[in-house]
Amino acid sequence: MSRIVNKTELVPNIHEMLVEAPQIAAKALPGQFVVVMADETGERVPLTIADFDRDQGTITLILMVVGTSSRKLARLRAGDAFHALLGPLGHPSEIEDYGSIIMVAGGVGTAPIYPIARALRDKGNRVITIQGARNRDLLFWRDRMAAVSDEHIITTDDGSAGRKGLVTEPLRERLAADNGKTIGCVYAIGPTIMMKCCSDTTRPFDVRTIVSLNTIMVDGTGMCGGCRVEIGGETRFTCVDGPEFDGHLVNWSTMMARQRIYHTSEQCSLTRYLDEVSTS
Amino acid sequence: MSAVNRQQRTPMPEQDPATRARNFEEVPLGYTPEQAQQEAARCLNCKKRECVAGCPVEVDIPAFVHLIAESEFAAAARKIKETNALPAVCGRVCPQESQCESKCVLGKKWEPLAIGRLERFAADYERMNNLVELPEKQPPNGKKVAIIGAGPSGLTVAGDLILLGYGVTIFEAFHRPGGVLMYGIPEFRLPKAIVESEVDYLRQLGVRIELNQVIGRSITIDELTEDLGFDAVFVGVGAGLPYFLGIEGEQLGGVYAANEYLTRTNLMRAYRFPEYDTPIVKGRTVCVLGGGNVAMDAARTARRLGAEHVYIVYRRSKAELPARAEEVHHAEEEGIIFKLLAAPLAFEGNGDGMVQRMRCQEMELGEPDDSGRRRPVPKAGCEFTIETDLVIVAIGGGANPLLTKSTPGMELNRRGYIVADDAGKTSKPRVWAGGDIVTGSATVIEAMGAGRRAARAIHECLSG
Repeated sequence: MSRIVNKTELVPNIHEMLVEAPQIAAKALPGQFVVVMADETGERVPLTIADFDRDQGTITLILMVVGTSSRKLARLRAGDAFHALLGPLGHPSEIEDYGSIIMVAGGVGTAPIYPIARALRDKGNRVITIQGARNRDLLFWRDRMAAVSDEHIITTDDGSAGRKGLVTEPLRERLAADNGKTIGCVYAIGPTIMMKCCSDTTRPFDVRTIVSLNTIMVDGTGMCGGCRVEIGGETRFTCVDGPEFDGHLVNWSTMMARQRIYHTSEQCSLTRYLDEVSTS
Repeated sequence: MSAVNRQQRTPMPEQDPATRARNFEEVPLGYTPEQAQQEAARCLNCKKRECVAGCPVEVDIPAFVHLIAESEFAAAARKIKETNALPAVCGRVCPQESQCESKCVLGKKWEPLAIGRLERFAADYERMNNLVELPEKQPPNGKKVAIIGAGPSGLTVAGDLILLGYGVTIFEAFHRPGGVLMYGIPEFRLPKAIVESEVDYLRQLGVRIELNQVIGRSITIDELTEDLGFDAVFVGVGAGLPYFLGIEGEQLGGVYAANEYLTRTNLMRAYRFPEYDTPIVKGRTVCVLGGGNVAMDAARTARRLGAEHVYIVYRRSKAELPARAEEVHHAEEEGIIFKLLAAPLAFEGNGDGMVQRMRCQEMELGEPDDSGRRRPVPKAGCEFTIETDLVIVAIGGGANPLLTKSTPGMELNRRGYIVADDAGKTSKPRVWAGGDIVTGSATVIEAMGAGRRAARAIHECLSG
């Protein structure tokens, strides 16, 4: 149980892990997440379920290497097991027929958005995907996203693939051109600043905008309150009330400040870890 | 041995306050065999066993105390374990002063017998001398019981039913069993090695523990009974979502719910960061909001993590503090400062998203409220500010909806807690519940008492 079946580095520092987890695979729905621990001394880290195969009893996790915990997870290889794997957690996405829908995936946000896009398309939506990354080398799952999209727009900051610029530009253009109001919903998942900018972009068009928040968590089951966010002036817990929220109601500035709480500790931990790894 | 001193209890040695305020070692050091015997000799061995009636799990107190007096220490531990699977835990965290010891006849004139200290001694003696023996179990009866949550109530149900011949599986959401004993109560009050050892005893008895299982999500209760062949289910999922105050600035960094602060420290061992990866904000001036045992635990933890000033900010007066007297006493000894009759108004940040100060309102006591305690009311025009870089909110919590919302047919009360009778029977067939998910926040031993009654009821139902 919770053994890694296969692991590949999709693009530099982004890993795909296929994990044997039959119980989670049997229940997982788009939008949900798991909590993993790499080893006994590790942190509890939430990761979105990027795909699941009920027949094979596997789930797919996408991991971006940032600090100690993600490095420890990325060092696990096929055949290794997580110290802990818990899920599926969080509310699943509401899969409705919106007519047309824009799915904005920024960077590693492609992972969570993929199963949601697939489910929405199966529901009958016309899916317009805007997939963005800093450059061509950091784009992954283009083929998968293309397969679940009626339209697939790529953007890169440097223009090395698709259109040069940010995801918000085609998003604005699409909404501005949507005179018939066929676009019923926008999903935006990626770095916090991108989700904020997408929410700001869609606000004047008054289109429902759903974001999936990646707050710091400990237990993931509602018990600690560490993942709290301010939604429409109320305190909500990302783990049990989310992770998806109305992007227009999120207090982005407090959310971003909360993501920086442990910045100094994280640096200290990483320096120590890199030192340990290099001498071992 | 010296003459029996009926008046005064035998003191238990403790770590010196100045030393212990900077380490996570256990505070009380426990009795030596001589001290335990000296204390046990104080027991009057009353005919009417009031102390037993005061124990939620009905430990045969006079019998085990007598065994200690007779130097039969391991036998004393086994006597306790006949009705209490977690004696080393209970000897440390039970509020004996309001239970067994409050009924002790000695206490009418003098100091009551130190029952908790003796319980702890017996359990520690047995464990530390490797004298733990497994009791006789009834032969397997072919029936299976699922227990949700490896906290005090669930462990008690497991301990009772495994001896009666049931197949017992505990499902626990965390990566370590113990529930609040593991994530909530600090190391210096309940060493985690002791929790592990008591859980291990249950495992040796045959209890299966499945970690990292969030029942309601990975498996539902209906699946446990319908697909997985469990004849009964006990729900003991414990504490719920922490309350916040709903005041300005509570999203700031350095403002924690006590659940998070303690879980980071105890379960994730943030006090050993960076050896353990989970970090924690360390404050120089810490404010803990609330006056219960959890507030005391948080305050004393902050002190050990290096805080120079730790304040307990509580809106009533000292007389109304809900924490155990011993916890308040220990906190005071360790230099925790009680700012009484004060309520927070708002938190202010330092511009970098971290808390910097707290605005407070001075309070005074007015007329008694529904709880019978005098209601704190704001003192007009009396506000003050505390500079603080760490705030821990310890004002309790509500019911966790994760399991209950995914369980059709189980009646909940208005506040989201499971409705159950005294034996723990819920409105859902074959499902019992106990502990905090039924009563709201209470004590370890009350949860264990609920587990004991539920185990009895489950046995009656399945063997009838």
